[in-house]
Amino acid sequence: MANSKAATGEAGAHGAGETRRDFLMLATGAVGAIGVGAVIWPLIDSMNPAADVLALASIEVDLAPVQVGQRITVKWRGKPVFIDHRTPQQIEESRKTPMSELKDPATDEQRAKKPEWLIMVGVCTHLGCIPLGQKQGDPRGPYGGWFCPCHGSVYDTAGRIRQGPAPRNLVLPDYAFLDNNRVKIG
Amino acid sequence: MNGTSAQDRIVKWIDQRLPVFTFMEHELREYPTPKNLSYWWNFGSLAGFVLVVMIVTGVVLAMQYTPHVDYAFSSVERIMRDVNYGWLLRYIHMNGGTMFFAVVYIHIFRGLYYGSYKPPREVLWWLGLIIFLLMMATAFMGYVLPWGQMSFWGATVITNLFSAIPWVGDNIVTWLWGGFSVDNPTLNRFFSLHYLLPFVIVGVVVLHLVALHAVRSNNPLGIEMKGPQDSIPFHPYYTVKDYFGLGVFMIVFALFVFFAPNFFGEPDNYIQANPLVTPPHIVPEWYFLPFYAILRATPDIVIPFTNVILIEAKLAGVIAMFGSIVLLFFLPWLDTSPVRSARFRPVYKYFFWLFLVDAVVLGWVGGNPPEGMFIVIGRIATAYYFLHLLILMPLIGRFERPRPLPQSISEPVLKGGGRAAASASAKPMEKA
Amino acid sequence: MRRSLFAVAVAAALSVAVAGPALAEEQGQGSPATHETSLASQKWSFSGLFGTFDQAQLKRGFEVYNNVCSACHSLKLVAYRNLSAVGLSDDEIKAIAAAKEVPGEPDDEGNPTTRKALPSDHFVPPFANDNAARAANNGALPPDLSLIIKARAGGPDYVYGILTGYGDPPAGFKMQEGLNYNAAFPGHQIAMPKPLNDDQVQYSDGTKATLDQEARDVVSFLNWAAEPELEARKRMGVKVMLFLILLTAMLYAIKRKVWADVH
Repeated sequence: MANSKAATGEAGAHGAGETRRDFLMLATGAVGAIGVGAVIWPLIDSMNPAADVLALASIEVDLAPVQVGQRITVKWRGKPVFIDHRTPQQIEESRKTPMSELKDPATDEQRAKKPEWLIMVGVCTHLGCIPLGQKQGDPRGPYGGWFCPCHGSVYDTAGRIRQGPAPRNLVLPDYAFLDNNRVKIG
Repeated sequence: MNGTSAQDRIVKWIDQRLPVFTFMEHELREYPTPKNLSYWWNFGSLAGFVLVVMIVTGVVLAMQYTPHVDYAFSSVERIMRDVNYGWLLRYIHMNGGTMFFAVVYIHIFRGLYYGSYKPPREVLWWLGLIIFLLMMATAFMGYVLPWGQMSFWGATVITNLFSAIPWVGDNIVTWLWGGFSVDNPTLNRFFSLHYLLPFVIVGVVVLHLVALHAVRSNNPLGIEMKGPQDSIPFHPYYTVKDYFGLGVFMIVFALFVFFAPNFFGEPDNYIQANPLVTPPHIVPEWYFLPFYAILRATPDIVIPFTNVILIEAKLAGVIAMFGSIVLLFFLPWLDTSPVRSARFRPVYKYFFWLFLVDAVVLGWVGGNPPEGMFIVIGRIATAYYFLHLLILMPLIGRFERPRPLPQSISEPVLKGGGRAAASASAKPMEKA
Repeated sequence: MRRSLFAVAVAAALSVAVAGPALAEEQGQGSPATHETSLASQKWSFSGLFGTFDQAQLKRGFEVYNNVCSACHSLKLVAYRNLSAVGLSDDEIKAIAAAKEVPGEPDDEGNPTTRKALPSDHFVPPFANDNAARAANNGALPPDLSLIIKARAGGPDYVYGILTGYGDPPAGFKMQEGLNYNAAFPGHQIAMPKPLNDDQVQYSDGTKATLDQEARDVVSFLNWAAEPELEARKRMGVKVMLFLILLTAMLYAIKRKVWADVH
């Protein structure tokens, strides 16, 4: 629509009246285009996450009830997050692993900000199943970490991929400790 | 400038395979339009614009709305509070509905004044009436969706009307409701149809424009274009005039959206629907008020001097209400005048204004409870409405002496040099 | 030309004629009266084209709601996180929310649990459901207040009128058992006993808590609760109007230029 306004101004550049008309057309077309852009933005932005969705974009988890050796699952942005209160043996084992054995190399320090708390998104990096290992009696795989039943991916005690088709380690979300007993995820 | 620039070649390539550019050139740029159209002719394009606004905002709102009785009201409030610009989209859609009817009513009354329904424009007029009926259905169902008190009770009252149909009435109502009262099945199907009908309206609008182009626009003088001296190309003259009119319209629209967004609404609709509590006054939106008045105006139709009821008040009201619109389909034949434009019809002109006043009075009556003087005035105004269409229009056309028509559209321009001069010298003929 | 200008003038006059009272009514000034009551129109900081909320007043209004009204009236459409608009800090909001319990996920045996409310939760209602609310209030249901300002003709003026309209019935007025006389309530007999008195609350900013002050503050807060977008809406409205007036003026200039050879 703005085009036709500018287009009609193209008829002849001779005469002061005509060029004034051209300018007016062009200027109005520009102002109109700004208006159209200003109208389009709310339509697009309304499809972005709304305030109530954003409010759930981060969660605070109370870690006090989680015993050493216990694993809990919390929901964050619609996905499960594994929180593992690791034993010193698990931390030790993880630290001793040579990088050459890892498909997706990462040190234990890189995997956990505080070594006793391992926090990862519980979604297998292969095709998205939820690995087993959170509940008592779940198979944990040969490394004592997690085992994905869908296609056999095996994760170690730092959530790193060791066997199976998954290409990457379990994803680490953004998180920060608010104090010794509380962590904010996201 | 080179004859075949890249742009020209692309245009030609597309046009050979799908003649959009030829079409636009013919129907928009070259299309001969009377040179004397007044601003009353802006309202058709305004209606088209509002239709687009309603569809765009509606589709985006539908992404966030939940059509279930337990969630509808709060999903609308979520749109107002949490969705980015949700309040803006909702208020535009809400006030757009009002603007749509305001613009269309002016467009219709323009047609009534200038005889735009007369031959050869009968089908154009009918298509317009069909659009109007579709608009009313769409608006009625749309108002139910927020599931406020007025949404629910307005739906209950109006759907209950169909029970007035003899023998099958109750079955029809149960079928409409999908249950034994307005409830979740009703809400769900209203949402589906409210999404669908605007696209049906778009289809009928296309037909409306095709019909228009077949017979060309009417004009304030009501006489046909006789040649190129009477016409100007639609583009750029009327495109530019329509844009300006659009600017003025958007100022009014924005005033309501931003500074008085609930002016046309009912406070009761901000209360969640409660089937166990009836609001003290059930009123539809303002654009339905005249029809609401006609609906409530009819008494029981009895055989004179007996107690035998021929037609119950409820059924009579339904017949009168639908009849008031159906009658308009026959307007090209009810109006017997050989002259189109009221500018040259000194008697009809006054009855036109009376008719407009009657419509406003009906609207006022519809907004008030059916008690006391409102009943009397409502009946008189309803009777006058039908009197105007059934009796007055045929008679006035037959017995009125119209003013002499100008020879052609450009004739007053050639003679006196411009509208201003013409209106100064030929006062009774030219002034609206 | 004169005629087309006339048409434009008529359209403009009509829209002003509608818009004028529309604006006034929107803010509750000169509001429609029932046949018995007449509402005095009040001044509100959020009225008019350039109206805004007074944040300090919103905070005081919230204190009134929280300390007095929330005992019976829910505010279900407002979330605790929205209170940042009222001037409360994140920690204050967390504390206000954490004072309430909401249903949590079922435990591993399937039994229902509760958890402390979070800022992302909506205001926890005082009663579990309508029946419990009625039982606690002699059969009357205290309405949710999230939209009360928009859900009543007269808006803020009406709610202010109710809060300040308690008194003795005029001579000869027959009062029903259990109801209270109120000048602003349709029918003049309201189930709610007088909720506000002087010094009912202790404002954290030290403002003197007269009945009138409390009523104005809580009405402003409730208006915010019903229309949290008000300031953004009016700000955008001013910008949009200026833009449209400019654009329309330019379009008019083009129209005149294009039509110059026809006229």
